[in-house]
Amino acid sequence: MDLDLDEDALAFRDEVRSWLAERVPAEPLPPMDTPEGAEQHRAWERVLAGARLSAVTWPREYGGREASLLEWVVFEEEYHAAGAPARVSANGIALLGSTLLAHGTAEQKERVLPRMARADDIWAQAWSEPEAGSDLAAVRSRASRVDGGWVLNGQKTWSSRAAVADRAFGLFRNDPEARRHRGLTYLMVDLRAEGVTVRPIPQLDGVPGFAEIFLDDVFVPDEDVIGEPGDGWRVAMSTASNERGLTLRSPGRFLAAARRLVGLWRERPDPALRDRVVDAWIGARAYHLYTLGTVSRLAEGGSLGVESSVNKVFWSELDIAVHETAIELLGTEGELAGDWLGGYLFSLAGPIYAGTNEIQRDVIAERLLGLPRGDR
Amino acid sequence: MRFALGDEHRQLARTLHDLLSSADVPSVARAWAGGEPEPGLTLYARLAEVGVAGLAVPERFGGLGAGPVELVVAFDELGHHPVPGPLVESVAVVPALLAGLPAGERWLPGLAGGEPATVALPPHTPFALDADVATVFAVVDGGVHLATAGRRHDSVDPARRLFEAEPGERLGDADAAFDLGVLCAAAQLLGLGRGLLDLACVHATARRQFGRPVGAFQAVKHELADVLVALELARPLVHGAAVTGTPADVSAARVAAAEAADRAARVALQVHGAVGYTREHDLGLWLTKVRALRSAWGTQSWHRARVLEEITAPASQITAPASR
Repeated sequence: MDLDLDEDALAFRDEVRSWLAERVPAEPLPPMDTPEGAEQHRAWERVLAGARLSAVTWPREYGGREASLLEWVVFEEEYHAAGAPARVSANGIALLGSTLLAHGTAEQKERVLPRMARADDIWAQAWSEPEAGSDLAAVRSRASRVDGGWVLNGQKTWSSRAAVADRAFGLFRNDPEARRHRGLTYLMVDLRAEGVTVRPIPQLDGVPGFAEIFLDDVFVPDEDVIGEPGDGWRVAMSTASNERGLTLRSPGRFLAAARRLVGLWRERPDPALRDRVVDAWIGARAYHLYTLGTVSRLAEGGSLGVESSVNKVFWSELDIAVHETAIELLGTEGELAGDWLGGYLFSLAGPIYAGTNEIQRDVIAERLLGLPRGDR
Repeated sequence: MRFALGDEHRQLARTLHDLLSSADVPSVARAWAGGEPEPGLTLYARLAEVGVAGLAVPERFGGLGAGPVELVVAFDELGHHPVPGPLVESVAVVPALLAGLPAGERWLPGLAGGEPATVALPPHTPFALDADVATVFAVVDGGVHLATAGRRHDSVDPARRLFEAEPGERLGDADAAFDLGVLCAAAQLLGLGRGLLDLACVHATARRQFGRPVGAFQAVKHELADVLVALELARPLVHGAAVTGTPADVSAARVAAAEAADRAARVALQVHGAVGYTREHDLGLWLTKVRALRSAWGTQSWHRARVLEEITAPASQITAPASR
């Protein structure tokens, strides 16, 4: 049992560190969910992809460098420590990318992944619907069989990145007669296709981080079905574990934030906030070590299952705690727009997206603690 | 890097769990609290047979010469079943204090063989636990001294018999054994929290109200889920501190483990309702030990202050990621 990086990981860390030091933009980019910001973030993704750093764990043929999960953790630490831009491709890479690597055909992987790695396509997620939030299996948007593919009708909402994305992925009901979790199909949709209307929704911070997607007889070819028709729930849940459990929110993000918080404390040491600063640092350290434990387990052939819900509850609350503490330290300047406030507003969404924390706690209680199922 | 317990660690935990599961530890703890140490001493002798007593004793003195990782694995299980007695003292701190001293030759073989020991380390651990049953009684006060028992104090945990320490013969300089005690107590807290969560889940499944198990209600489920989250995220801190041994990591582990165990205790009591509030019910054996260990081996406040001191030090590397 140890925490030592081997020679390869150390070399990788040094490479990433010096690469980032030379290339991270000096000025922050505009928000990635605005048209101008999206293009600048797309350009940054291409710079990353040029060094095979946009999706480090992917196979080389798709633009990655076959890095281990430990190296991914190292990359993320360096990335966040360097203050590099937010990842406009994060949802695509963490969710759809992982799903395609697990369930996609060779043709799909070749067609979709390299373009995703270069941000030729920016991907939005299309899970939630007006009547299907926490209860995701209640999705009603229809996929009807036609010659050579499917025709989609319905409405998706709270679709992250959809305001600027080129394509989207999500679940659609192909068989309204089948029971809830059956009869769902995982599809990729071209957001520029005929019949698609995207209506951006400004979030609390004023930026349209998500959008509604209206689908009116939108054709999707068979080649854009992932897995078997009707098997979408199972396929999507493999993505969900990744999202909650590991790849969406790396420890590097929280280590960097906790480090900045400690820096802020040095400037403004309010004794009343001491415990919260310390606890935020401890939380980031805990999440880091927890993740190193997870990647060690996965490296030995373990799998990421229900315990991803433990992760999700923890990091989402940690994110709020770190940013809230920083804002309290800022005192009367706490209400002024700035990085900490932006991070704070973003953190407030954490307990809601990727499966609400209430759903995660139900999963933990029933599937890890063995408590009886009850009413939701 | 491999940050995971090995087969030998899992085997150690399983051995202890099996031994303790069949030992009726709650009855042993009650007897200990009632002034009958024999069942507890018998249990400690059995633990010594499987190597627990000699874990931290160097091999040349008949011990296993194991490191902090093995110790935290063992203490997690010693907390899971609320084993009474001066465990942190006998298994970890006193062996660590004596290992570098000439007196080690005199005492360590006996400790490895299962003789209980205790120690006071003022200011953070001012009282010696169960000094009336210890073969070796030391106090660290400007050096390691043998000690004799002074006034006895009652603890919130009836199975913790606390004594003031009167220093006697000086044995030598004190090495840094305090942090090892903190770390083992943190692991014990994790195990206590796990035991409390087990009790609460069993009760929540068996106890029915409004025609269903109380564990089917979300209000109950979510409290228990939060306990698991807190314990699951405290454990890597304890394991990490066993690997690095830095003051910040040791104190962080103790802060998180104590908070998680405290939450487990509060939730387990709430889930049990009135029956959990009785002396007759076993829940209190775990709950009161959690409360006691939260103040023994340094207060939460002192440990937080130590973390802060480390992470705000100008040359601090402590916020750096895992590295050589």
